[in-house]
Amino acid sequence: MSPPQVHSVERTSGQGGKVRVVASLGDRFFEWLTRGFALLVLLTLGGILLSLVVTSAPSIKAFGLPFLWSDDWDPVRDQYGALIPVYGTLVSSLVALLIAVPVSFGIAIFLTEMSPNWLKRPLGTAIELLAAIPSIIYGMWGLFSFAPVFSKTFQPFLISTLGQLPFVGPLFQGPPLGIGMLTAGIILAIMVIPFISSVMRDVFELVPAVLKESAYGLGATTWEVVWKVVLPYTRAGVMGGVMLGLGRALGETMAVTFVIGNAQHLNVSLLAPGNSIASSLANEFAEAVGDLYTSALIELGLLLFIITTIVLALAKLMLLRLGRREGMKS
Amino acid sequence: MNLSNSVRPLAILLGLVGVIVHVHAEDITGAGSTFVYPICAKWAEGYKNATQNGLNYQSIGSGGGIKQIKAKVVDFGATDKPLTKEELDKNGLAQWPIVMGGVVPVINVAGIKPGQLKLDGMVLADIYLGKIKRWNDGAIQALNKGLTLPAKDIVVVSRTDGSGTTFIFTNYLSKVSADWKSKVGSDTAVKWPTGINGKGNEGVASYVRQQEGSIGYVEYAYAMQNKMSFVALKNHDGQFVMPETKSFSAAASNAQWKAENGFYEILTDEPGKTSWPITGATFILMQKVQENPEHGKTALAFFDWAYKNGQSAALSLDYIPMPDSVVKLIEGQWKVELKASGGKALY
Repeated sequence: MSPPQVHSVERTSGQGGKVRVVASLGDRFFEWLTRGFALLVLLTLGGILLSLVVTSAPSIKAFGLPFLWSDDWDPVRDQYGALIPVYGTLVSSLVALLIAVPVSFGIAIFLTEMSPNWLKRPLGTAIELLAAIPSIIYGMWGLFSFAPVFSKTFQPFLISTLGQLPFVGPLFQGPPLGIGMLTAGIILAIMVIPFISSVMRDVFELVPAVLKESAYGLGATTWEVVWKVVLPYTRAGVMGGVMLGLGRALGETMAVTFVIGNAQHLNVSLLAPGNSIASSLANEFAEAVGDLYTSALIELGLLLFIITTIVLALAKLMLLRLGRREGMKS
Repeated sequence: MNLSNSVRPLAILLGLVGVIVHVHAEDITGAGSTFVYPICAKWAEGYKNATQNGLNYQSIGSGGGIKQIKAKVVDFGATDKPLTKEELDKNGLAQWPIVMGGVVPVINVAGIKPGQLKLDGMVLADIYLGKIKRWNDGAIQALNKGLTLPAKDIVVVSRTDGSGTTFIFTNYLSKVSADWKSKVGSDTAVKWPTGINGKGNEGVASYVRQQEGSIGYVEYAYAMQNKMSFVALKNHDGQFVMPETKSFSAAASNAQWKAENGFYEILTDEPGKTSWPITGATFILMQKVQENPEHGKTALAFFDWAYKNGQSAALSLDYIPMPDSVVKLIEGQWKVELKASGGKALY
């Protein structure tokens, strides 16, 4: 962005005229090149959006807006609606966040405020390593190891306790299959914890020691320091971390496909099998016969694109607003 | 001296590249049905040993195979759901069956051994419709006198991806249950009224093995390889039959293969005392007019080789080879239908 600066540096460096021309040509070339690369990203994004819209046009024409709230997904009669996969995507991601945010918060607090120094690095690395595990491994682990244990222990417990309560009861009823929306949410939570917690840890470490020490000096407990000093100071970063995790949870495909049950039924219970946009696409796209079927699947992809964009835009907006407030303070 | 030393390996290398290019020129490509993949791979290996010509088959599913042959990306497509005559004509495709096999309901119910449980089409359809919810339901018990069935919920497992196996299975249910036909219907992917869905035969198999009290359907080879507990089914003639090569062959022998309708034939619910009711075939699709006649010829030569030399391989993998009389009919049809772009017959 700042070629003039580069030029001025060159001039002051006292090289001969020829060399300078060559160097500045090189600089200009480099600038074009990098600008080209940056534009390439925009172009790709635009291209993807365009091709999504164009190829989903038959479905958009055929079903219109009701596509968004129809729960019909019937390849035999060529009737499609997005409610079940959209609902599944949002609910499984929400469950994931409900679990992952508090846990990540705890991890970050422990790593920055309480952990002995010798433990910080190995523990932090171990958590980051979780992010390096391919998602299909999480899926297989979830299906073959987690689900059987989950269906025999924790799910019956949930059904017999929370399932009996008024209001929240319907969320925890039905046969304990081991797979379903809740399992998908839990697996997703494990997958996004490293992202959220490492962002949180990084921003917590940016809090000036002076602030914390003065709070401690006034007799604040660790909890009070975290809640009243660290968190307000790092709100923007924390939100960013959560949004990063949410973005990942929304689009996660393989792990969810393994454990969500892939059923096109709308069910209030979190224990029941459901479906998500990404896993619908992964399961059905290759085998989809007929233009309308393919087009409806692509429209699902478009919806996922829009949902992720909205989430990212909201996160950016929030950061901007918070940033402005921080700016006013200082 | 030095020069020739360095040139010689280069020449050898170039020679090798030449050979590789030459061999690849004869390679044929196919895509489609996952059902037929194991036998296709075995045939390709045998054919390569016999003729040096390779086959590159991608098991992307019947739907994908149909798409790719329509787009002329591959030399042939393979599908478990036959295309109708109109569809074939519209896209200029020729179609014929390559091999047959069976689809088997599998269960995971404690204390019930393979083949012990007997079901009929109506009961199977009602289970998949979600009308029969427990294993000790009167309708199941009536077919299995003397067998103690647990008072457990039935977990219904189906395929989530579009699949020829699903087509054969739902086609059978549509034939035996009017309710199924009107509520769900038959296709490579349907709107399942109940249960959980796995991807591919392996997905269904792993859910069934994991969920106590479950029922699913997989192709026969899968059930055998994974030692799953299959059920006996009541066939069209009212006899209970076990899924095995013999009963698949019996169903297949009833088929009325006709070249005029592109060999369109669905083998479910066939008559015959020993016929397995959920049997199906995999079909090959090729462009009638071959833009690259050499490839077309090699592909046909491969199928001819597979019909004549691949029978024992097919049987060893629990597929049913096409009978000789049908092969004659098919190869006769090749002469009529498949042409090089100049109009000359390919075969």
